Amino acid sequence: MPKLEGIKRVLVIGSGPIIIGQAAEFDYAGTQACRSLKEEGMEVILVNSNPATIMTDKEIADKVYIEPLTVEVLQKIIEKEKPDSLLPNMGGQAGLNLGMELAESGFLEEHGVKLLGTTAETIRNAEGRQEFKDMMERIGEPCAASELVENIEDGVAFAEKIGYPVVLRPAYTLGGSGGGIAHNREEIEEILANGLRLSRVGQVLVERCIAGWKEIEYEVMRDSNGTCITVCNMENLDPVGVHTGDSIVVAPSQTLSDKEYQMLRTSALRIIDELKITGGCNVQFALHPTSFEYIVIEVNPRVSRSSALASKATGYPIAKVSAKIALGYTLDEIPNAVTGKTYASFEPALDYVVVKIPRLPFDKFIKAKRTLTTQMKATGEVMSICTNFEGALMKALRSLEQHVDCLNRDEYIGWTDEEVTEQLHVIDDRRIFIIAEAIRRGIAYNVIHEITMIDIWFIDKISILVEMEQKLQAADELTPELLREAKRLEFPDAVIAGFVGKEEKDIRDMRYQLGITAAFKMVDTCAAEFASETPYYYSCFDGSNEVAGNTGKKKIMVLGSGPIRIGQGIEFDYCSVHSVWALSQEGYETIIVNNNPETVSTDFDIADKLYFEPLTPEDVENIVRLENPDGAVVQFGGQTAIKLTEALLKMGVPILGTSAENVDAAEDRELFDEILEKCGIPRPSGQTVFTTEEALRAANELGYPVLVRPSYVLGGQGMQIAVSDTDITEYMAVINRYHQEHPILVDKYLMGKEVEIDAVCDGEDILIPGIMEHVERAGIHSGDSISVYPAQSISEQIQKIIVDYTKKLAQSLHVIGLINIQFIVYEEKVYVIEVNPRSSRTVPYISKVTGIPIVDLASKVILGAKIKELGYQPGLAQKSDYLAIKMPVFSFEKLRGAEISLGPEMKSTGECLGIAKSFDEALYKAFLGAGVNLPKHKKMIFTIKDEDKEEAVDIARRFKKIGYDIFATRGTARVLNKNGVLAIPVNRINEEAPTLMDLLLDHQIDLVVDTPTYGDKLRDGFMIRRTAIETGVNCLTSLDTADALLKSLENSAAEELSVVDIATISNGQISEDC
Amino acid sequence: MGNLIMKAFLILEDGTVFQGDSIGAQKEVISEIVFNTSMTGYLEVLTDPSYAGQAVTMTYPLIGNYGVCYEDMESCKGWPDAFIVRELSRMPSNFRSEDTLQHFLEKNDIPGISGIDTRALTKLLREKGTMNGMITTNRNDSIEEILPKLKEYRVTGVVEKVSCKTIENYAPGDIQSKKAPADKKIAVIDVGTKKNIIRCLLNRGCDVTVYPCTFKAQEVIDAHPDGIMITNGPGDPAECTQIIEQIKLLADSGIPVFAICLGHQLMALAHHAKTYKMKYGHRGANHPVKDLKTGKVYISSQNHGYVVDIDSIDPNVAKPWFINVNDKTVEGLEYIGKPVKTVQFHPEANAGPKDSELLFEEFMKMIGGKR
Repeated sequence: MPKLEGIKRVLVIGSGPIIIGQAAEFDYAGTQACRSLKEEGMEVILVNSNPATIMTDKEIADKVYIEPLTVEVLQKIIEKEKPDSLLPNMGGQAGLNLGMELAESGFLEEHGVKLLGTTAETIRNAEGRQEFKDMMERIGEPCAASELVENIEDGVAFAEKIGYPVVLRPAYTLGGSGGGIAHNREEIEEILANGLRLSRVGQVLVERCIAGWKEIEYEVMRDSNGTCITVCNMENLDPVGVHTGDSIVVAPSQTLSDKEYQMLRTSALRIIDELKITGGCNVQFALHPTSFEYIVIEVNPRVSRSSALASKATGYPIAKVSAKIALGYTLDEIPNAVTGKTYASFEPALDYVVVKIPRLPFDKFIKAKRTLTTQMKATGEVMSICTNFEGALMKALRSLEQHVDCLNRDEYIGWTDEEVTEQLHVIDDRRIFIIAEAIRRGIAYNVIHEITMIDIWFIDKISILVEMEQKLQAADELTPELLREAKRLEFPDAVIAGFVGKEEKDIRDMRYQLGITAAFKMVDTCAAEFASETPYYYSCFDGSNEVAGNTGKKKIMVLGSGPIRIGQGIEFDYCSVHSVWALSQEGYETIIVNNNPETVSTDFDIADKLYFEPLTPEDVENIVRLENPDGAVVQFGGQTAIKLTEALLKMGVPILGTSAENVDAAEDRELFDEILEKCGIPRPSGQTVFTTEEALRAANELGYPVLVRPSYVLGGQGMQIAVSDTDITEYMAVINRYHQEHPILVDKYLMGKEVEIDAVCDGEDILIPGIMEHVERAGIHSGDSISVYPAQSISEQIQKIIVDYTKKLAQSLHVIGLINIQFIVYEEKVYVIEVNPRSSRTVPYISKVTGIPIVDLASKVILGAKIKELGYQPGLAQKSDYLAIKMPVFSFEKLRGAEISLGPEMKSTGECLGIAKSFDEALYKAFLGAGVNLPKHKKMIFTIKDEDKEEAVDIARRFKKIGYDIFATRGTARVLNKNGVLAIPVNRINEEAPTLMDLLLDHQIDLVVDTPTYGDKLRDGFMIRRTAIETGVNCLTSLDTADALLKSLENSAAEELSVVDIATISNGQISEDC
Repeated sequence: MGNLIMKAFLILEDGTVFQGDSIGAQKEVISEIVFNTSMTGYLEVLTDPSYAGQAVTMTYPLIGNYGVCYEDMESCKGWPDAFIVRELSRMPSNFRSEDTLQHFLEKNDIPGISGIDTRALTKLLREKGTMNGMITTNRNDSIEEILPKLKEYRVTGVVEKVSCKTIENYAPGDIQSKKAPADKKIAVIDVGTKKNIIRCLLNRGCDVTVYPCTFKAQEVIDAHPDGIMITNGPGDPAECTQIIEQIKLLADSGIPVFAICLGHQLMALAHHAKTYKMKYGHRGANHPVKDLKTGKVYISSQNHGYVVDIDSIDPNVAKPWFINVNDKTVEGLEYIGKPVKTVQFHPEANAGPKDSELLFEEFMKMIGGKR
């Protein structure tokens, strides 16, 4: 075989915690690569600090290190595991940077580790701005006029030479962090200052602005023999100026003639050939809309978000093939797993249209600036496939789960045409809707085009959708032809019903009578040229069905979790995938339905059948009608899947595991209260309300502070702590932006210790792998809290009560499968605050650190197995002999204007783990993994709200003791000084300089501890927190977090870090020494 | 676009009927139905003379998106008997677009059908092999009467139809090629050439004389060209007996010969190899061909329904140069002891990738030209 000699142990670096710009796509790519390596008999050593990933499973890699991704830690792992090679291009920018550092320092060579795939030189040439520009010049490929600057003066001088606007791109950053477009001197100075600081090498590229050009991407592959192919090209609906991660993207390109398509394809191949890339690569182009002029924007010599999208859009497994290429195979030797007949040296031909829409977090950060720029803001994305563009767009829109099923939105009623035209200038996530509105008002295509620079072809497609809305509205009678056409364009029944003034059911009945039903087509990489077996399907309404529904086997449908968003992340994909595997082990045919292109669950070889479809009742019903599954599993797909329960039952699909009534009982306040009362379990007193008036009454009866939240939500969406009537009024208005079908809960807020468990229940027995304790007091969302396993400060007695309550609750709710319960321990009493009879965010974390595969167990329990039969002792599992601390990770620097202070509504995008034998080391590792790397200057700022001031004194004293200079706002400084902790008072922002702001902008501050006053959004606190985040200063908004960080700092120098292979953990114990 | 959409029907030899909308010229036609998997380049496909005698189905569903850019035409007109698409764009958008595809089809008298499930059609052709079919707007046609007619239909005499009628001369700078002083002379034997074959030669500093397919070898040899190019073209190669005879003479003349597609098949036939009709051919812009000398794979543009039988090649006469990575069919031959090289795919691309355009450099090397 042509496989490279001497490769047996491969180290694969993951991408770390999920942040904006670096998300689930790397778990997908890494998992695929690991499986591909193992297929070749390699031993895989995996390092990733993110425990919610599938790649960190012992089924995927042989050795698994959930350790901070730093050079030091990797060096330790290399010394311990002695891999012979390292695959750096699967872990995104983070992985690549680490691989580079290890290679450049000579460490790899010293330890006989070969860099697989792309070489360090290639990475340098592609990623170093100047090197890249020089290379492009050498091979005659055009780049935008640009200059790399290391200070603001040079940047301004160059911009003034080439003329504004200019684009600023910091070298070596994630998701275009710190970049932007500057239209004048003031803007360039601001963006440059930020970008220079964020760049790993302190460099920013100042570049000619090509905003408004077409943005086109090519995903290309090259093997060591120099064979180059294109997997797919993609056209951004949003022209250059919006980060491709925030753009609506269509594959393949739609408005390029063959001349343009081939010109850019040839260029992409020349570039990867010159770079000598071996593996996958992404090349981004800007194409002038009215000439053949083009510019190479960027090259990513690794798998990327775009490559994940391209893989899903075409069926071509880029990461898998890249891994094989890294081992020395050539493209013509690697079979195309989809067709089984062709080879990887083949360019996919699509016979459908793919649309990707980003999932933006503005529903979570309602104060954040919604403008889309070259800095990515999306947390996730959805993809859809259809035989026409309009249909693909409609499917993608509803896949977002943002209360939008068509292009018609009420919010523009009452706007003047001038206001609509003016709004067209605003580039944000609502642009497509305002374009639709403009078309509705008869604003000419070219007016829209000239403002937005969006190609007329796309505008016309939007118009076709608007015309359909109008036709439906105007129709005296819904004719079969009109209905057929509306369905071809993927109008949901409910939307059609709305326009024609009927009920959804009427439309549905009419469809079935007329035989207008969805047909399913296969994604086969080859436009039907070759017979393929791969069961990867999408629906359309204008063709014949080619999917055989009946295979004779018993089958189970697993509903996925849709786009990654704050509060519903990669962990639910982990659960879905594990459930599929477990069900498959039990001999069932598995069907997965999901619409997220970044995930492992939508890889074509995870389930027996993959339906890439929106997760709405109607779309799921189409699949159910064809497949007739024997059951559906909803408890692993987060709220997205849970929401489908009722619809599935109506379709006659049995819900496996905990029944729908019991899921409801956990959410329904009255039913739940009955159960609690019956079990004798206390919970903070509370009431259910619908209106603001009711909420005010409830709050005053309970006494402030109270917790306000809608029911049936995940991630504490819309949850707030209210301390006054003003707060209640404000929060209720936010919650009631959308019609609430379920009541809103108002609860007494207890500021105790928060404890959380996940358990498997088989109807009789429960199995709790471990108890997790939050570092932050109740009031901060569990997803945003530092979580410690095993719980440290909970007495035996309390633990017993927790196990007892868990058992009682699981039994009373007749839980079959997983249950997640959050408790508050307040004055040595245990209160239940939340029960979720389904999988939770902590499931992968607790599974990994205890070695108890609870999703697999739950899946088997759902099928009727008993915990005892599965080889586990019911009850609370034995405590492990080490600690695992989960640290939340935030992406605040990506979201201008977002409030960073923590509260009951979740804000973190990801998490990492610190695992060690001692608490201090685990904590230190957790902070390290989250990128909190202190100290640098040993200067910090304290600004503490009155209630916390006393408590802050001790924390400040300890910071002082480890050598920190403390600056503080006047009130805080007074209290600290009075208590003998020297603090330098600093002026507030609106006072005379130097103020807190000047201090921050001086880049001398390591840390800000700011405990926000409720509702201080318009005051200093907010400004300070934002400025801290935007200048790269760590900012803590809870004294508990500050205390934890202190502990870690106080002990960090103590000992050398250890590394733990978690693949050796089983039942909480490490089976080998580590 | 007309206001009233007329229904159209595609009736296949096996009795399958697809109902869609009429596009292009409104006339009835019987033809051989083939499919092309290129996602761009519909105009190049429509103007490729190799499609004469066939009706082309585009597997990509959205066709006509960038309108018609006349300078992209690969010959003077559209050749297919009919055009079959899922959706014809109502709003072409491209800075070079001069016309709509609908109007182009009408002007070129090409009928067609849209709004049908082209994937289902493609699967049928893949499973049953290329079939004949009829496109009609007449609802009253009787299937029983039509089917025998469909079975009978044969594509014949298409090379004569597409080839130029008299000798044509081109110099660098013509047909949007690079202007440069010519230092070589190439004779092009036109059995259905695409413009870009000629353009690729002009771009490399060659004067080009194009001979019709009725050429006499001696006449070409007497003109002392530095090299001879035999082009692509339509139809069954074995039918072109007279051309094959003349090509044999060219091959033995000692003048370097390069042949593409139909030219490649005719050259093989001239050396007693055989060709056969493939089940459904290779038509698209994504076919991998492997250079057996370097092991390098190129993605190529292809359009052929017939192929040279690899087992019929006398190993003393020619050896395989390229093979298709997918089905291992022969994609190129090098003749032994003669300066003759031929490829089945299209190094001139249009539509499709330009990866193998470097074969024109190979040809230039054969004739001792510059570059």
